[in-house]
Amino acid sequence: MGGLDFAVIERALPYLMRGLQYTVQLTLVAALGGTVFGTLLAMARLSSFKPLALAAAGYVNLMRSLPLLLVIFWFYFLVPVLVQKLMGWELPPRIGPERSAYITFIMFEAAYFCEIMRAGIQSISRGQVGAAYAVGLTYWQAMQLIILPQAFRNMLPVLLTQSIILFQDVSLVSLLNVTDFVGAAVKIAQRDSRIVEMYLFVAIVYFIMCYTLSFMVKRLQHRIAIVR
Amino acid sequence: MNFGIFLEQIPDEGIAWWQNLASGLGWTLGTAFFAWILAFTLGSIIGVVRTTDKRWLVRLGDAYVELFRNIPLIVQFFIWYFVVPNVIPAVKAWVIAADPTDFQFLTAIVCLGLFTSARIAEQVRSGIQSLSQGQRNAGYAIGLTQTQTYRYVLLPMAYRIIIPPLTSEVMNLIKNTAVAYSIGLVELFFRTREMAEMTFRYFEVFAAATLIYMLIAFSANRVMAFIERRVAVPGYIGGGK
Repeated sequence: MGGLDFAVIERALPYLMRGLQYTVQLTLVAALGGTVFGTLLAMARLSSFKPLALAAAGYVNLMRSLPLLLVIFWFYFLVPVLVQKLMGWELPPRIGPERSAYITFIMFEAAYFCEIMRAGIQSISRGQVGAAYAVGLTYWQAMQLIILPQAFRNMLPVLLTQSIILFQDVSLVSLLNVTDFVGAAVKIAQRDSRIVEMYLFVAIVYFIMCYTLSFMVKRLQHRIAIVR
Repeated sequence: MNFGIFLEQIPDEGIAWWQNLASGLGWTLGTAFFAWILAFTLGSIIGVVRTTDKRWLVRLGDAYVELFRNIPLIVQFFIWYFVVPNVIPAVKAWVIAADPTDFQFLTAIVCLGLFTSARIAEQVRSGIQSLSQGQRNAGYAIGLTQTQTYRYVLLPMAYRIIIPPLTSEVMNLIKNTAVAYSIGLVELFFRTREMAEMTFRYFEVFAAATLIYMLIAFSANRVMAFIERRVAVPGYIGGGK
């Protein structure tokens, strides 16, 4: 127990903060990208055009049955090969795990956001869809002006909760040697052999951030619930 | 593409690659099995505690759930694997004497068990709270104690109600065992990566792992659906005839 040295954290703080910045950035990009792609997937799953609905359902079920870690490694080696094929280059580009992670998390989270948005769209009464078509709106207009704004609003707390989970899941990229918040802590812990201090610090920071965020989501949920 | 690679022998190991993956699958399922027993037991106790009328117990239960839900799983793995032995001398003494594989296996069970128990506690609590107050009162009215009311009235219904979310938790638990790779447990993902790096057959190996994880998810889903049908109460939504 003796000899804990928390000064190591102070010294490493700029490095750790850069890691945290990457984590936050990746979370925000993946949450936004995942919501957009997830919403499109949800619309595809609810489509009356069967092959499209089946393809979307297949994609979502595949992603949801795989461990995130496997998906991270899949994309890490698959993305360069795909880019090479698409561009017709001779060699695969060097993309690096930091950048491939953006694609991974957008694609992976989209499956989870899709299920949330699907529930959101299905929570809107059929009458509204009928009414939208009756006043002459097209499918895209009805979605954009009537259905999706309400679905987003109803599902906002769930989307945010999923984003907090995403914020925690991003830490898995540290296993690809990426310097996210956890990755930065692992590197410092090994360099200075200050494992206990480092990992406790990371746990406390995550706890405070996630607890505060989920508390705020709960507050938001109450406010939305009263208005409706 | 060459899927024959799985039948080839591993250099200097005396077994084929597919056997190596199968052994990884065994560790994955074993870890998930024991972690589930721990998670279900603890999660049920904490979930029940959070619905009692003892304020301090409810607070304690809430704190437990928040603690395990707001720290990333991989950080929890690091805490159990690196921090706990360093802080508690008794654990350290045991770790030094123990087989590293035993320590990894036990760490994974405890870490995943506690992590999952917080989620189960949340499901059990919401399951109990979704029952009408009348059920609890009816239990007390016919003279049951609080323990008996939980045992014979509330829990039998609550567990049935939460089978669908519990199914998701079973599948999440199995998927989460892959994170035990971070502490070196030789589960399925560890073996997958090892094989991919040694043979450079990334596509074939990852495809095989994908297939195995899909099969596990599908089987877990079927087993839970079977349980759900077997225990369904007639007259309720989703109940039998």
